[in-house]
Amino acid sequence: MTAMTAERAGRPAKVLVYRHALVTRVTHWLNVLAVSFLLMSGLQIFNAHPALYWGARSHFDRPWLSMDMAEKNGQPIGVTTFAGKTVETTGLFGYSGKPGMREPRGFPAWATIPSYRDLADGRRWHFFFAWLFVINGLVYLALGFANRHIPRDLWPRRWQLKPAHVWREIVTHARLRFPKGEEARTYNILQKGAYLGVVLLLLPLMVATGLTMSPGFDAAAPWLLDLFGGRQSARSIHFISASLIVLFVIVHLVMVVASGAWNNIRSMVTGRYAIEVEGDSP
Amino acid sequence: MTGETDRRSWLKAAAASLGGLWLAACDRLTENPTSLGVLQSAEGLTRRAQRLFIDRKALAREFAPADISPVFKPNGSTDPDDPDYLAHKATGFADWRLVVDGLVEKPLALTLADLRTLPSRTQITRHDCVEGWSCIGKWRGARLGPLLDTAGLKKNARYIVLHCADTLEETLDGTGQYYESIDLIDAYHPQTILAYDLNDRPLPIANGAPLRLRVERQLGYKQAKYVMRLEAVEDFAGIGRGRGGFWEDRGYEWYAGI
Repeated sequence: MTAMTAERAGRPAKVLVYRHALVTRVTHWLNVLAVSFLLMSGLQIFNAHPALYWGARSHFDRPWLSMDMAEKNGQPIGVTTFAGKTVETTGLFGYSGKPGMREPRGFPAWATIPSYRDLADGRRWHFFFAWLFVINGLVYLALGFANRHIPRDLWPRRWQLKPAHVWREIVTHARLRFPKGEEARTYNILQKGAYLGVVLLLLPLMVATGLTMSPGFDAAAPWLLDLFGGRQSARSIHFISASLIVLFVIVHLVMVVASGAWNNIRSMVTGRYAIEVEGDSP
Repeated sequence: MTGETDRRSWLKAAAASLGGLWLAACDRLTENPTSLGVLQSAEGLTRRAQRLFIDRKALAREFAPADISPVFKPNGSTDPDDPDYLAHKATGFADWRLVVDGLVEKPLALTLADLRTLPSRTQITRHDCVEGWSCIGKWRGARLGPLLDTAGLKKNARYIVLHCADTLEETLDGTGQYYESIDLIDAYHPQTILAYDLNDRPLPIANGAPLRLRVERQLGYKQAKYVMRLEAVEDFAGIGRGRGGFWEDRGYEWYAGI
């Protein structure tokens, strides 16, 4: 219906609205940088012992996830074991590399920093960017509450949480139909849920589980061990929430492209976001 | 159709070369001493932050007997073949002495029997390897703090260097010998012991017989095995390759609380 009125009034007029404050834009891009390096150096660290366990210690005979080199018909292959089931993953997990130069490793060279196996340097990258990530995150949260960005733009309104509304949003989102006009000025409930989930849950969870793996920090905050069910559980949760962040980034990028790549990228760089308004606006 | 395939293969190639450039850049930054130095600056921040935030006497978690690992996974050297060590092994460590020297008032040479008469502590703790895995074991050993007080540290002593019997890497200049160092905060921590028992039995060779360090708030590579000599020093720049430990000399953090 909106489309029809817009059509009658000629081309819909576009207005640039100021969508992202400077602090949101700067912290967003610093976060992109930090999370990218953290992810890839994190996979380097994972590769030093590509197996995950539950509990305080490693039950070496029963990891819930592991990537190993195995042998099939006298040839080395890569295998991944997940929840007791083993599948062949040669070239990706367990055994990978250029033909003739394949080696046993959890994640392949293109996914790790450095690309070659080096735990010491992987840790250097990881902890450097962990500091940047934490400081940047604290600045975002402090200013995000101070300038009302988080409570005003991200916190769901009561009417948005009604199941019927949430369902309608899921359906229109799945059809890749994006709001126009006034509706586009604010985030819908799925955006709010995704952003808040990442900002207030997944990213802080990465820090908390990361600190739980520190034997020094455990002495100061042993309650973290109880919260996550032990150091090896914390390592597993660290891996799982990193995977969820990767999933978020994939969906986020698809949505950025599907709902207007140029407009979205401009808004995260300059702050200005174009929305289409109906005929009567200039 | 062909246009579409061309475009797709072009996009693929572009993505692959961008990814390749990014990885090559990261590798070069890792190999460049200046950029590596920037990355390494985080270690000082981590150490200071942990020293500030963690109480000096805060204890590492201790566990119940039921939590003990059935096999305490040995790592690094597991059966040293250094001639001195083999000689001690052949005699059941009867002639073995722990030498305590360097910046001390009264150098010591202690037998295993001597060590067993010193103030001791028993603790079931978690051992965290830098690789990511953890084992739980029950340790009994002489507390390092009282032992250092017996020797009497001189005022300028700042670190305790642990010289070990095992050569972990063959090198021409002898810097492949294992060693470690800790500061006095960790040396005097109540859980810091020189362990001679693991799980109620004499320490097995694979786990560091006859004596290993337990410094429970740091990672596994700090827990020096096959300890032969404690040296109190003002700084460790002149030992090994100067970074305070075998793995530290190979790029790992001296402060391994994280």
